[in-house]
Amino acid sequence: MTDYDVIVVGGGPAGSMAAHAAAEKGLKTIMLEKDRDIGYPVRCGEAVGDVALRQFMDPRPEWIAATITKIRMRSPNNTKIDFDSPGAGYILHRRIFDYALANRASQAGAEIQTRAYVDGLLFENDTVRGVKYQYMGEPRTLSAKLVIAADGVESRIGRMAGIRTAIKLRDLESGYQVTVGNIDIDQEMIDFYVGSNWAPGGYLWVFPKGDRMANIGLGVIGTRAKDYNSHDLIHDFLKEHYPKASMLTSVCGGVPIAQTLSQITANGIMLTGDAARMVNPVSGGGIVSGMHGGKIAGEVAAEAISTGDVSIKGLAEYPRRWRKAGGKSHEALHRISESIYDIDDDKLNKIAAKLEGVPEKDRSLLKIFTTVAREKPKILLDVTRAFTGF
Amino acid sequence: MILVKENRCDFCGTCVAVCPVDAIELREADISIVHATCIDCDICIWVCPIDVLSSDQKPEAKND
Repeated sequence: MTDYDVIVVGGGPAGSMAAHAAAEKGLKTIMLEKDRDIGYPVRCGEAVGDVALRQFMDPRPEWIAATITKIRMRSPNNTKIDFDSPGAGYILHRRIFDYALANRASQAGAEIQTRAYVDGLLFENDTVRGVKYQYMGEPRTLSAKLVIAADGVESRIGRMAGIRTAIKLRDLESGYQVTVGNIDIDQEMIDFYVGSNWAPGGYLWVFPKGDRMANIGLGVIGTRAKDYNSHDLIHDFLKEHYPKASMLTSVCGGVPIAQTLSQITANGIMLTGDAARMVNPVSGGGIVSGMHGGKIAGEVAAEAISTGDVSIKGLAEYPRRWRKAGGKSHEALHRISESIYDIDDDKLNKIAAKLEGVPEKDRSLLKIFTTVAREKPKILLDVTRAFTGF
Repeated sequence: MILVKENRCDFCGTCVAVCPVDAIELREADISIVHATCIDCDICIWVCPIDVLSSDQKPEAKND
């Protein structure tokens, strides 16, 4: 007899989706969040595609800070390539969105405990059988038939289960983001800067947040992070581009742009979301991929528990379904990201100049594709496709 | 030895993600290096977005 059927570690979108799926299948489920709040602090640009989100739920107005219909990519010499992209997606209020997902899980029957810091696993015959955690500093244990680790980029729970989750420098973006007020931008446009002046081996983003606000952030590839400081880059960028902006929030964060781990299960445990490295490796977007992974994990949890086999073999459906759902395109995106983040500024400028020659009304992705087909690697196209989900 | 400027830290976990030996403890607003485990590889210093970490052997490890 265990305390729970399923313990979910981490209360982000992946954790909440896993908890919801498990609870909905009738499993006794608890989700443990180390921080005092679900959904805060927000270490995220908060962009999400409309079609992608609708796979799981219709967007609600209170989640949405801005609706995106246009995309702008800028080369290092500031050549602007604009794409109309009606229905592209949204900039969310993650604070509200994550809360709603957790609330949805709780309404399906999942319990939620905040300020619960998991610092160890319980084992029985090489199988994970629960967690050790500290609730407000007090050590506790909970047993379960299955643990789902949705503990984010750190991914320490997986390590405790013997899975190698430590991320390579070339598979990580070291990021910094500010949410600013008093900024005059097109509130329907997401604006990207590529190249080494602002984001070596990554990109800088300006995402509208409604009411003359924006999320402005950047990621520097881990292999080059030694020589750059994301915080200083953002401050320099603001000085140059938006000197009147004031900072309402500032956060750091690491974005895993690795391939999904080859091992996302061990006996009695499944890894999901950022912890399993499910983030889109080109865009760095992890909301929807995490939701997808979490949902599948919760569903497989129910099936495995009903058969009584929670071993790696019993959980084999999980990696299989993840791969079917998005894992294959994820692998392709990882290959793209490995090539595009090495392109030098001259090449980026050259590609942008070529794209600029395409009249805006003809700037459909297909037209762009045919125009730059001979130009390889085709970074702007690949990045844009990754963001718009084409 | 890796040193932590605790007042500077944002507790984002980027250092934890790259640590090859899992030698960083991170809670909501609390970070510590497990020096007995740490192998002084310094990659946590490199990836930190806001220069929270440094090495007492190489105080100028990060060039801005």
